[in-house]
Amino acid sequence: MAIIFYTLLVFIIIAAFIAVETKKLLSAVICIGAIGFGASIMFLFLFAPDIAITQIVVEVLGLIILIRATISRDRTFIAGDREFFGMIVSLVIIFLIAVAGILVFPETLPDFGTPIFTETSNSASQTYVEEGMEKTGAANLVASVILDFRAYDTLGEATVLFTSIIGATIILRKKTKKLLEEPDL
Amino acid sequence: MKGMTIIVKNISSFVKVLIFLFGIYIILFGHLTPGGGFAGGVIIASSYVLLMLAYGREFAEENLSLSMTSKLDCLGALLFAAVGLFGLFYGAASFFWNFIHQKSWWGEPFNLLSAGTIPLSNIFIGIKVGASLFLVILILSSFRLETSASEKE
Repeated sequence: MAIIFYTLLVFIIIAAFIAVETKKLLSAVICIGAIGFGASIMFLFLFAPDIAITQIVVEVLGLIILIRATISRDRTFIAGDREFFGMIVSLVIIFLIAVAGILVFPETLPDFGTPIFTETSNSASQTYVEEGMEKTGAANLVASVILDFRAYDTLGEATVLFTSIIGATIILRKKTKKLLEEPDL
Repeated sequence: MKGMTIIVKNISSFVKVLIFLFGIYIILFGHLTPGGGFAGGVIIASSYVLLMLAYGREFAEENLSLSMTSKLDCLGALLFAAVGLFGLFYGAASFFWNFIHQKSWWGEPFNLLSAGTIPLSNIFIGIKVGASLFLVILILSSFRLETSASEKE
């Protein structure tokens, strides 16, 4: 199991480096899609198919379709040179963070893939797992958490999405109206 | 934006129905199998985006116009808030109280008709998310057309 995770981690890191360093915009977007794909396979091996479905739908399909539908075709290259000094500084920062993580994390964090709430008794997630079936009647416990126990969070998420759509509609309204009047632009 | 070649048009005319049905399945069975309103809504929106990319923006707007998309977005958000308000008014418990399951009006667990307000919330969130994602992609693509047209002048 651990070999799969480390292979996927190396795959994700290589894809992230290519996405940052490449000059073509389309290949950068495809590499970000590869990162999302690797993360969704990780979620699948951790027995979280809900998050895997959402991850692959939103990050891979949504991102690529959004980029394909919105960015114009003649601007596929990223202009400008990369600075050597900036890359050295970012590499040093990443190295320091990695060393600090290696020093700190093995003592405080539990193993990869084990839930942290099982260590304490009477925690909220244990109540959800034990009594979620009879209290909500849903066979999928994730749905019973996000739509019954924690429905406030879902309402807040829906409000965030609604507000952002309203903002995009208002900012781009004039051009959209003008476009609707003369549809054969 | 007139659309793509005839190969893409033929294939997407078959595939778009399957993607739409899969999105509806993900939404309706959200309380039994993995999935839910958000993922199913994105799948439904991606089927309309496939229509838009293959056939052009005008054809997609004939199927689901801009004003209709905006109305569906507002309708989904209002109905999802109404589910929470009904929980408040029925039985004086709290916001988002699962009144259908607590009063055991219908449904055993592991059936399609179960879990009270959870399938209703899934359906409303699916309508809202699908409509809003398709709306923002329509608006952004029309913005792109506008800017590219003004650059040519």
